[in-house]
Amino acid sequence: MLLNVGPQHPSTHGVFRLVVKISGETILDADPVIGYLHRGTEKLAEGLQYTQIIPYTDRLDYLAAMLNNYALCHTVEEAMGLEIPERAEYLRIIVMELNRIASHLLFVGAYLLDLGAMSPFLYVFQERERIVQMFNEICGARLTYNYMRVGGVKWDAPQGWLEEVRAFIPFMRERLKMYDELISGNEIFLNRVRGIGKFDTETALAWGMSGINLRSTGFEWDLRKKKPYSIYDRFEFDVPVGQNGDCFDRYYLHLLEMEQSLRIVEQALDQIPSSGPVLGKVPKLIRVPAGEHYAGIEGARGELGFYIVSDGKDKPYRMKIRKPSFVNLQILPDLLRGQNIANLIAILGAVDIVLGEVDA
Amino acid sequence: MWNWQGQPLTGLHILAMLIGGVIILLMTLGVVTYTILWQRKIIGWMQGRIGPNRVGPLGLLQTTADVLKLLIKEDVVPAMADRPLFLIAPIIAFVPAFMTLAVIPFSAHHVFTANLGIGVLYYLALSAITIHGVMLGGWASNNKYALIGGMRSAAQMLSYEIPLGMSIVGVVLMAGTMNLNDIVTAQAHGWWYIIPQFLGFCIFAVASTAELNRTPFDLPEAESELVAGYHVEYTGFRFAFFMLTEYVYLFAMAGLCATLFFGGWSGPFLPGWLWYAIKVFLFITIQFWIQATMPRMRVDQLMTFSWKVLMPLALANLVITAVLKALVG
Repeated sequence: MLLNVGPQHPSTHGVFRLVVKISGETILDADPVIGYLHRGTEKLAEGLQYTQIIPYTDRLDYLAAMLNNYALCHTVEEAMGLEIPERAEYLRIIVMELNRIASHLLFVGAYLLDLGAMSPFLYVFQERERIVQMFNEICGARLTYNYMRVGGVKWDAPQGWLEEVRAFIPFMRERLKMYDELISGNEIFLNRVRGIGKFDTETALAWGMSGINLRSTGFEWDLRKKKPYSIYDRFEFDVPVGQNGDCFDRYYLHLLEMEQSLRIVEQALDQIPSSGPVLGKVPKLIRVPAGEHYAGIEGARGELGFYIVSDGKDKPYRMKIRKPSFVNLQILPDLLRGQNIANLIAILGAVDIVLGEVDA
Repeated sequence: MWNWQGQPLTGLHILAMLIGGVIILLMTLGVVTYTILWQRKIIGWMQGRIGPNRVGPLGLLQTTADVLKLLIKEDVVPAMADRPLFLIAPIIAFVPAFMTLAVIPFSAHHVFTANLGIGVLYYLALSAITIHGVMLGGWASNNKYALIGGMRSAAQMLSYEIPLGMSIVGVVLMAGTMNLNDIVTAQAHGWWYIIPQFLGFCIFAVASTAELNRTPFDLPEAESELVAGYHVEYTGFRFAFFMLTEYVYLFAMAGLCATLFFGGWSGPFLPGWLWYAIKVFLFITIQFWIQATMPRMRVDQLMTFSWKVLMPLALANLVITAVLKALVG
């Protein structure tokens, strides 16, 4: 029997469609169909100046828009060899790590919702709300932030904002402990996710996976450590890795990574200069030197990179986005074959995709 | 106590029975209405929300408004559905659920319910019929999700019916009767059966949760997997019928649990019906609490659990009870 899971299915995280061939409740084959949210971002970018592209990046991975903003600006800055003011660098780190936490929180909530538990989904919105509120104060938006600029950030933090962030850290630590107690030991949850959707490091690397999906197999790979960008080399933090490469590891790594992000934010708050410019000396019209430029950052879902082909003008000649969700999704049919329908949702949820990014 | 069987069947008695039935129906509808509201409230509190508080004072008319809304919705029958089966399925599901209430002793003076010698058997037999409604609904919808949901519920309800029935047999052995009133009376002057039949109670609690299709056994609906399961194509008042079935059944199961293990209407100081109401309320509240706490089980794990864990436990409980009964008397 052919079963269309999605595009309107409640657990396909947006508008993902999966055509599965089932016998009883066992999946014989799965065929992912994407493109329901396709907006042609890469093509649109060819007609836009670099600063004008930033709002489009917000709409890719809309749960981690700060990181998307940064990835584009970072690539342009690398290509142009721009210098970024200290305070701007710290502000960037703070908002990016906060955004990573907000994104991971939503993963935890949505994943539990996929498995039939509704309460955690509503709990995570309490912390997320605080982060979103802080973002609203610093950039005036709650979802599509558009905060980064080539050469720095658009606005300095308002009075008292950094103290607000500092107050958030102990609160968040408490909540992480609560999630760990509430979820990680639940027998039903463990039976649903342990040993499900397993793959090893070689498979993950062969499929080009990155982020938590790759780290869950025990392979330590985090661009913040391996190819440090911005000022990540000034902070002490660990890269948590899994052991089994199963759904449970992927869930648990999200919790562990949030803890590490909190550590980074804490150190950044200690080190940030009390004043200074937040936007460097940037030419009025940004022109990227002719040639090919790529820079990747550790996004919330893996390596997020912008590949820009420039002919030296103020618009990219061609742009290609390396979208972690899109790459990570490719393994799905292999993981699903032979599984139960209930596992379909568990596996798809753990791969952690954002359809805005998959379709771009 | 009104002994229905002892009376001649005159026109007046038939009228009395009808009035009794209507009163029970109205009472059930009232209970269901406020059970749903209570569910939304208590889960709201557990999830850090407020819950409905807009319609009527303290939101007390919220469910009434919901029901009105459902009643005026269009009754859609999918073009390719098996029309007669599709239309009748919710009724097949609802009627037995309501009929089970006929044997539940609400109080010592159970004015409107039957004092049936085979009360336990009657309850189990009728509650099993609900499966047909659910399965027919899933089949007749001509929707793949509904079909899977219907099949799942058939498998699940049949599987859990057995440990449920066997856990009750322990109580029947102890009381020496299948009459629910007599079971209550037997407890009123001694232990509540939750103490000597603790294992049986645990099995009953788990199996009844599964029978009710409630979290963590809410697989027939499983909205994150099957969208809504067997009632995915139902709208308006037919959907309301399925919801009604679910909550009437919850009420009936709570009543059965109170009757079998918590001494039914018996208790000190308070009137019997109030004791009964308190016990039912607690059972229902615990169900909602579990719903706010647990994720959903997987279908194969669910079946394994029933056949490989609950069944042997229920059998063991039965053997132990029988041996003790023979030895102690």
